[in-house]
Parts: sequence; structure tokens; C-alpha cells
Amino acid sequence: MSGRGARRALLGLAYFLASGVALAFLVLPVLAIFVHVSPGKLIDQLSNPVVTDALIVSLKTTVLAQALILLFGTPTAYLLASRRFPGRSLCVTLVELPLVLPPAVAGIGLLAAFGRFGLLGSTLGWFGIGLPFTQAAVTVAVAFVASPLYVRQAIAAFEAVDPNLVAASRTLGVGPARTFFRVVLPLARGGLIAGEALAFARGLGEFGATIMFAGSLEKVTQTLPLAIYAQFEVNFDVTLAISALLILISAALLISLKLASQWQPSTPTSHSRFGLLSWS
Amino acid sequence: MAALHADFALPLRSFELELALEVEGTVALVGPSGAGKTSVLRAIAGLVRPPRGRIALGDDVWLDSRRAVCRKPDERRVGLVFQEYALFPHLTVRQNVAYSGHGRADEFLERFRISHLADARPTALSGGERQRVALARALARGPGTILLDEPLSALDAHTKGTVRAELQELLSELALPTILVTHDFEDAAALVDQVGVLVDGRLRQFATTSELVDRPADAFVASFTGANLLRGQARRLDDDTTAVELTTGELIYSTERGEGSVGVVVYPWEVSIGRLQHEDSAMNLIRGEIRSVVAVGNRVRVRIGPITAEVTASSAEKLELGRGGIAFATFKATGTRLVPLA
Repeated sequence: MSGRGARRALLGLAYFLASGVALAFLVLPVLAIFVHVSPGKLIDQLSNPVVTDALIVSLKTTVLAQALILLFGTPTAYLLASRRFPGRSLCVTLVELPLVLPPAVAGIGLLAAFGRFGLLGSTLGWFGIGLPFTQAAVTVAVAFVASPLYVRQAIAAFEAVDPNLVAASRTLGVGPARTFFRVVLPLARGGLIAGEALAFARGLGEFGATIMFAGSLEKVTQTLPLAIYAQFEVNFDVTLAISALLILISAALLISLKLASQWQPSTPTSHSRFGLLSWS
Repeated sequence: MAALHADFALPLRSFELELALEVEGTVALVGPSGAGKTSVLRAIAGLVRPPRGRIALGDDVWLDSRRAVCRKPDERRVGLVFQEYALFPHLTVRQNVAYSGHGRADEFLERFRISHLADARPTALSGGERQRVALARALARGPGTILLDEPLSALDAHTKGTVRAELQELLSELALPTILVTHDFEDAAALVDQVGVLVDGRLRQFATTSELVDRPADAFVASFTGANLLRGQARRLDDDTTAVELTTGELIYSTERGEGSVGVVVYPWEVSIGRLQHEDSAMNLIRGEIRSVVAVGNRVRVRIGPITAEVTASSAEKLELGRGGIAFATFKATGTRLVPLA
């Protein structure tokens, strides 16, 4: 074997080893959860009231938060994607900011804004609304942390819709709202689903901001991740069961995301200079 | 039939688009890319808003800047056919044609002979088929005017001829005010009578195609209509003709009057080719190397030095024209036009 051939073989071995280590490192912790306890025992622990309570809190708050994200995030993303105005890129950056914020900072921020002595807290107090340490606070924390993932993806999805198609719809006598539902939304659908799945996964796993802003009260604000933390020194098997449950949900989301991105009907059929004037 | 009136000014990136048009039949706007042709259609369709001007279809006013009237695109009865057709990729052909919701989709599918494609997606169609879907979709809306943006540019040379003939038939049948935008003078000449030459946002000339050829307003219009343009210095002769000394040295005679810096306009079909220099009534002679020989249908375009000639395929064969040989291009003084050069 020549020296060059040996070097090449060594390089191949190095690639093989490095990827093997990386893969094992990423898979092992996930695998360990399922190996540590028998499946029967895992299913057994899922009926533990701590788990079922946390699951209900998690589902309620996450679904509500996702509804809010879709309701407010979709028009926001469309506006940012279809209009050009001064300060637009600043707006996009502000929308993305929670994404890079440490979760604990997000929690403190929410307290400083909506807490009893916070910026808007006293105003809310006048109406008898005390947000911190309620289930609504969990929803707010989840929405705050997860929305950038959806909005970012939605902006990209809306920007990918050929503006000519929007213009064509308008010249065919269809107004802006119906154009949005008949052309823009169907063509952006793949990207919107992907963004929503990411936001859902992020919201389900939310921990830092929630524990600061909403606390960890069983049946009220204790979500699945908070229950893991609470049960850590009480019953390790319960934490394993919750972890296994979260892994399954996340894996299901990831797989459906991959499937959703495989079918994407949004291939533009034109590329010319038509755009739609912003009608205000 | 209500005429389309468009008279407006619209600032574009590097110049201001300014034109006034009164369209009753079919007119073409031709010009180089970036001349503002598409912007004219955008403004009429309401996709951009000119700050000054008036656009109306008959009594129906779509834009009147003085009375602050500006109707939205969906409130203007335009049938706009986009350059690359802009068919909705997520809808079938039938759904595309039915999109405007005026019913009668099947009627239009039949009329454009695309019924067999009704359930296909636009991505599965050929260029010619896409164009028919786009036309059917635009007409199903019941427009009062038709705007066509480069309707033939997305087609290959083979389908272009057929589609051009179909389009011509359709336009005469519809009898609606129609504006057709193209960068190809030949397409315009084949489809319409009135042509506006748009350069840098201004109409250089608005005339019939034959007028554009006979009386080009300037050097640009001349070269755009496919003429040869030879630059030189003109001087009057005693017999009321003009001699032009070309920048390449040859002396050209013209029956037109001109002085100073001029362009000599000669159409390729006015130029004959010979391999030998001989005397005939053609006063003008240019000797040069054969630079290219291109067949266009039953004709052959031959480039000799600075000039292009168009001859029949059989005479090109007889003369054994091949690249690199020397040939003589001759044309009559009466076959030349003189246009002033800036």
C-alpha cells in the first residue's frame, strides 16, 4: 500500500469514528430513558396523577398559546413579508428577539411587564387581572418564547409566494382578503405547518420562562417539563415516564414535519416584474 | 366598444414613464427591456398608482389624480395576461379558468380547446397550453380591455408561429381595446396595425407598422424595426441628392435630404448581394467580408461588413455564400432613409 493510499484510509477511518461518536452521543441519552425502565413500568407511571395533571396543564396551555400565535402571528408575518416600509427590518429583528433570549431572562421580562408591580401589571390589576402564577401566565410564557419560531418561518413562506400570483388574483376581480385565503394561504401552507410544528415543540418543552413567570403549582401551572423538575428528587421513575412521553410527542412532531415538507405545492410559475401595490 | 384612455406619469427607478394613449383596436408597445412597457400595463391594471394622470375605459374612470379617484385592481375590468402567465400552481386548469367566479368556465375551456386538460395542473402543461389557459382565465373574467405582456416570449420558436396566428385570430374576434407589449418588432408587426415605440419611458413614435418602416422618427426606431443603420457625415450635392461619407470610409448616396451627422437607414430586403463588382443602377456599394449566413424560413440573412442583406435561399445557394468570403452589397439611393443623429 502506498503512503497516499494509507493516508486516505486513515482519513476515512477518522470520518467514520467522528460521525459514529457524534451519532452515539446524540442518541444515547434518548435511548437511555427507554432502557432504564421497562416499558410496562413506564406506562404504569403515566397514570400517576402528577403526570396526568401536568399533561392536562401542558396540553391546555400549549394549544391555547398556539392558537394565539396563529391568530396574531399569521397576519403579522404576512404584513412583514408583503410590505416594504421604513423600520421593517427592525420589526423583523424584534419579532425574532425572544428566540435568542435566555429563557430565564424572558421570564424576568414577563414579570417586569405583567407582574403585580410591572409595567402593565398595575393597569391589569385595576381590572382585577393578576397574571403571574396562573395558567394564563403559562400560556403567555409559552406564546412569548415559541412565537418567533412560527413567525420567522411564516415570513419566509409568505415571501416565497410569487407576487405575480397575488396580482393575477386581483386583476381577476378578487379582493385582497379572498386572495389571501385562495392563493397566498394554500401556497404558503407547507411553510406555515413547519413553523407551527416547531413552535408547538418549543412551547411544549418550555421551562425557564414558565417557572419564573408562572411558578410550578400542581394542577395549575405545572407543565410536563416542570413536573420532571419537581419529581426529580421524589420519584425518578415518574421523571423518566414524563421524559419518554415528551420524546414520543417530539418525535411524532418531527416526523410529521418531515412529511409536510416533502409535499409542497408552492412552485412559482412566473418570475416577472409584477408586484402588488400596497393598498392601505 | 368603449375605448381605453390612458394618460399618466409614473416615476420609475431611473426615469419617469410618461405617455398618452387612446386605444380602440389593438396596439402594440414595443421597445427594449427596461423601457417601461410592463409598467404601462401595471398602471392600467391598477397594480401601481401613477401620481398624475387619468385612466378610463369609456365613461368608467379608473384613475383620476385630480379628483383623487383610484380604483383597486379588482374593480377594473382588465384581462391581464402575465408574461410567464402566472397560473395558480395549486389549482387545476379548470379551477384557474373558473377563478374569477363568473361561471362559464367550461365554455372557455372549450373555446380554447383545453377541455382535455381541465384536471391537469399548470406545471404539467406546455408553453402554448399555458398561454391558452392564461387567455381563457383572463377572458372568463369578462374584461373590457385586454393587456398582454410579452405573450410570445415564453414560447419556443416552433410553437411561436402557431400561437401567433391563433392570437391574431382571437384579437380580431374579440374586438376589445387591447395593448400588447413586446420587445420583438416582428411579433408586433404580425399582430397589430398601430405600434408605439417606447424608450426610456417616452413614446418615440406612434404609427402604423408600415409608417415606422417607411418614416422612422429616429435612429433607434429604425434599428428597432430591423433596418441597417450606417453612421456618417452628410453633404448636399448639386443634383439635389445627398452624399454620406460613412465612418468606415464608403460613400453612400441618398435621394433624401440630410446634413451633418446622420444615420443612413437601409432595410435588409433593399440590399442585393453579388460576388463580383459590376455596374447597375444601384449607386451604393459596400465591399466586405461575409460575417454570418443565417437561414430565416425561406430567406437567408447575410451579414457583409457593417450591413445585413436578406436574400432568398436559392440565390444564397447560387452565390455560394459562406463565412469568410468577400461579397458586395448594393442598394439604390431611393432605398435609403436619412435620420439625424444626436
